Amino acid sequence: MDSLLKLHDCTIRFGGLTAVASFSMEICKRELVGLIGPNGAGKTTVFNMVTGVYRPTEGDVFLAGERLNGLKPYAITGKGIARTFQNIRLFNSLTVFDNVRAAFNLHIKHGPSHALTRGKAFLKEESDIEKRTLELLKIFNLDRLREAMCKSLPYGDQRRLEIVRALATQPKLLLLDEPAAGMTPTEKSNLMRLIEFVQETFDISVLLVEHDMRVVMGICKRIYVLDHGVKIAEGPPEKIRKDPKVIEAYLGETEVEGEGRNSANAETPNGER
Amino acid sequence: MSRGPLSLILALAVCLVVSLFGENFIASKFAYYYDILITIGINIILATSLNLVNGYTGQFSLGHAGFMAIGAYASASWSNHLDPIILGMLGGPGNPLATNVGLFVSMFFAGILAAIAGFGVGVPSLRLKGDYLAIVTLGFGEIIRVAILNTDFLGASRRLSVTGSYTTLFWTYGSVVLCIYVVLGLVHSTYGRGFVTVRDDEVAADAMGINTTKYKVLAFVIASFFAGIAGALYAHFKAFLTPEGFNFFRSVDVVVIVILGGMGSTVGVTVAAVLLTILPEALRALAHTQFVPPAYQGLLENRLILYSLLLIVLMLTRPQGLFGDRGASRKRLSRSRGD
Repeated sequence: MDSLLKLHDCTIRFGGLTAVASFSMEICKRELVGLIGPNGAGKTTVFNMVTGVYRPTEGDVFLAGERLNGLKPYAITGKGIARTFQNIRLFNSLTVFDNVRAAFNLHIKHGPSHALTRGKAFLKEESDIEKRTLELLKIFNLDRLREAMCKSLPYGDQRRLEIVRALATQPKLLLLDEPAAGMTPTEKSNLMRLIEFVQETFDISVLLVEHDMRVVMGICKRIYVLDHGVKIAEGPPEKIRKDPKVIEAYLGETEVEGEGRNSANAETPNGER
Repeated sequence: MSRGPLSLILALAVCLVVSLFGENFIASKFAYYYDILITIGINIILATSLNLVNGYTGQFSLGHAGFMAIGAYASASWSNHLDPIILGMLGGPGNPLATNVGLFVSMFFAGILAAIAGFGVGVPSLRLKGDYLAIVTLGFGEIIRVAILNTDFLGASRRLSVTGSYTTLFWTYGSVVLCIYVVLGLVHSTYGRGFVTVRDDEVAADAMGINTTKYKVLAFVIASFFAGIAGALYAHFKAFLTPEGFNFFRSVDVVVIVILGGMGSTVGVTVAAVLLTILPEALRALAHTQFVPPAYQGLLENRLILYSLLLIVLMLTRPQGLFGDRGASRKRLSRSRGD
């Protein structure tokens, strides 16, 4: 399979703290990959490294052979990596429709001067974008809410809208940051179907950073496990589920009482609390 | 031609017709109201252009008077030094063609110079957020004022008189129309949605591939350009310039109009500009009637007391401004709470 995203020996240090140590990862085209790990494992740091919020101290990030180190987040989105946020970040004063339309900005040809002269080509592009925005919303059943303010939407719809908005940037790779956070079990299974649907319909790669084992185990073909900034396992879900290192990371070491990581809140790799 | 530019041309034509047939009549019969009309126009330009920065893009600039000062002094110097040449070529000072061309050229020069200044201030300072940007722009405004105060060429602390008071209703309201058209035309396009995304959530805008710095600088440059135009109109209207006319309170006046009208609402800001220009005049008229005891006259004539009161009442009852959309104000309020 063709490789799309490649992290090569990436290390990030904040002062003396090594948040992520020589982490390598590869995502192929049309692949759904999961990244898991207990709290503070460095999942979000990896995420921020790929999206350009942090710059790797050592190592390189490649997208389809192109080096991304040091690019600004907006430029990285331009290269084809779109993301959603753990704590939903929509444009709250815009309607559902405009939230998606704004994300089309990346690929428009017309600039501010065209917006003032309003020539034929400009108007055509605007109506094209309008059409494509509506199509996207329709696919996700959000078109009936297009004039609603996005903050008035229910939680699940806001999550979906965020994914729609990310798709409007026409990404090759979609990064989802804990999309299942705060969802009920029904919503979670809907979300799993949605992610698979998005991956198939738009023919893109998806990297899912998630806490919830059931979601990750359910849909990802390959999973990376991080603990203390170090990759401790990678492979298909069946293998991860049985990996003693993963079980240890999630349940904590039992020999040293009181000193182990707080295991009360951690979920077992099987998704049972 | 599409609807946008057509309506712009129509509006400009209306301004021209009114100016051609009504200008002399209003100016001679109702000189006082004529003055107020021009002032209203200048304030609308200042406020709607600042609204692009403070309202739509969500950056808090407190230096609008600085850009206005640059425009005013630029166009004044241009006219003082170059008008004899231009007017000479076009048929002398009395010729309407000569004066109008002279005003147009000096206005354009003023706008460009102010826009360059806006670019120069914007590029380094728009990395700052919220209160810090406000402090930097405030400082810039004061630097401009003090620089003029110490430049002999610009009249220093004496008055700088401006050759010819060319400002007419057409040029004032033509600029108003153009300014409103530019702001609305920009904001109501896919490109222009980017301004609002920067205000709503900079991190998310960045993640959607929107170059937030570019948008902020663009908003700043356009706003500065129109502040410069407003300054040029002001210079050719008053015919006298003092640095004190462009102090911090002038900037605050404009910000108050934007907040009162509603950040991110061009209609609201325009209405507020009209109201807040008329209000002090109306109060002055009221203060000198028999109903007000002489001891309270000063109170009514001081617009700053009234502005403060008005803002307090407004923030308590309608934090989004008269016409504002709630998104803008909520963002502003939550930012001031520190989250």
